[in-house]
Amino acid sequence: MLLIVCPYCGKRPEIEFAYGGQAHLVRPNQPSNLDDQAWAEYLYMRVNTKGVYAERWRHARGCGRFFNALRDTTTDHFLAFYKTGEPQPTLTVTSAPSAPNAPGGSAS
Amino acid sequence: MSRQTFSGLSLIWRGLSRHSGWQKQWRKPEPKARYDAIIVGGGGHGLGAAYYLAKEHGLTNIAVLEKGWIGGGNTGRNTTIIRSNYLFNESAALYDHSVKLWEDLSQALNYNVMFSPRGVMMLAHTVHDIQVFKRHVHANRCNGVDNEWLEPAEAKEFCPPLNIADDIRYPVLGAALQRRGGTARHDAVAWGYARAADALGVDIIENCEVTGIRRDAAGAVEALETTRGVIQSRKVGVSAAGHTSVIMAMAGVHVPLESYPLQALVSEPIKPIFPCVVMSNTIHAYISQSDKGELVIGAGTDAYTSYTQRGALHVNTHTLDAICELFPNFRRLRMLRNWGGIVDVTPDRSPIIAKTPVPGLYVNCGWGTGGFKATPGSAHVFAWTIARDEPHPINAPFTIERFRDGYLIDEAAAAAVAH
Repeated sequence: MLLIVCPYCGKRPEIEFAYGGQAHLVRPNQPSNLDDQAWAEYLYMRVNTKGVYAERWRHARGCGRFFNALRDTTTDHFLAFYKTGEPQPTLTVTSAPSAPNAPGGSAS
Repeated sequence: MSRQTFSGLSLIWRGLSRHSGWQKQWRKPEPKARYDAIIVGGGGHGLGAAYYLAKEHGLTNIAVLEKGWIGGGNTGRNTTIIRSNYLFNESAALYDHSVKLWEDLSQALNYNVMFSPRGVMMLAHTVHDIQVFKRHVHANRCNGVDNEWLEPAEAKEFCPPLNIADDIRYPVLGAALQRRGGTARHDAVAWGYARAADALGVDIIENCEVTGIRRDAAGAVEALETTRGVIQSRKVGVSAAGHTSVIMAMAGVHVPLESYPLQALVSEPIKPIFPCVVMSNTIHAYISQSDKGELVIGAGTDAYTSYTQRGALHVNTHTLDAICELFPNFRRLRMLRNWGGIVDVTPDRSPIIAKTPVPGLYVNCGWGTGGFKATPGSAHVFAWTIARDEPHPINAPFTIERFRDGYLIDEAAAAAVAH
């Protein structure tokens, strides 16, 4: 089970959270102006990164708020947690921590 | 190439002669500089595609590239359930094509894949389940796919360990039974296809990971860069399950997939007690008994995307909660081991078996949590698609473009859960 650091509440077990998928997806302002391909890209296409992935979580059984995280999908290590609206952190250290499923690193 | 033929007599003879003289099941060739077609991914779907390309389409200068070992991916990690009682016409045609191939696959491959049509029973626990399953039963019968409705007592008769008491948290209100469904030995499927393809001249190259896709000036595929050198080919079929997104990105092709861990576990082996396959989508329990005696239990996917081939224990315990309530006499069984595989899930939970925008590049992916059952049918139509550069009528609806054009085959909504 992942140990997730909610930026508002602190460290909590994964079962308190709902997964929100890829982060920083923005709904197009004028969907009716898009062609079918662009609308399908928004609806269905996800980057499915093997490596560092920016994703949303919601502290569903806690404060209820959405936030974002950076996680390495090859190890499941969290590299950063940050609030919705904050820019995606730039990682200076790219190597993942050694212990599997260790608590998240640098919470923003 | 002369290959040993398996028969009852040959097994007895080799047994009596101390099992000496068995041949390797397939060669370990060095990759050639050029092939007429390459399949990326040595699971059941990929090996099967190579076999049908050689068997039915006359292409024998083919390679299957596998980054690990044959049978080490999802083919060896699934819970071996086979059924075809899907709601929509397109799905019923595809999955039933597969069930029909399962029925004589052992004979076709001269390899015992231990296909056992022992019946797959899907439990209904809510009024919604009852309505949905009855709709499935009727839709299936219109499509010529067997599926029947059972009342709780009939379900208990078909599967005696089942608890149909009405005071449990999710009582069994009925079940849909597909008698032609069942299980097969997953490893044997990979090995059988590998052996049969090899006998037809297909090179099976293990420990060979694709690291790049080279394209010519017109954008068409011309070669693969691999950990064992550059290999030329004008036709490449990608059958890479959870890693499909990674491979396709090498050619700049986006596919609507997300990769999730899916877990399974087995109990200690016990004497035969469980005569069929039971699935409960609503409370996430999937169970059958292997010929070794282990109860084979499928759990759900983890919540998050990952490539780690492992997941969280709470996903397994959630499934075991349901198993223990439905089958109280399994409560004291110990679990032997659990594991995860990475499954590629599409937004509509139906696969993609199609040409791509890149000439010469084909993809078979998106099988999500239920690809094993489709292995022969999927491989068969994928081989057709690669050989003829056009889809077989059965897989024609399963394109990437259906997401753009709005022709989803929405088994996700039909089943309401992963399936």
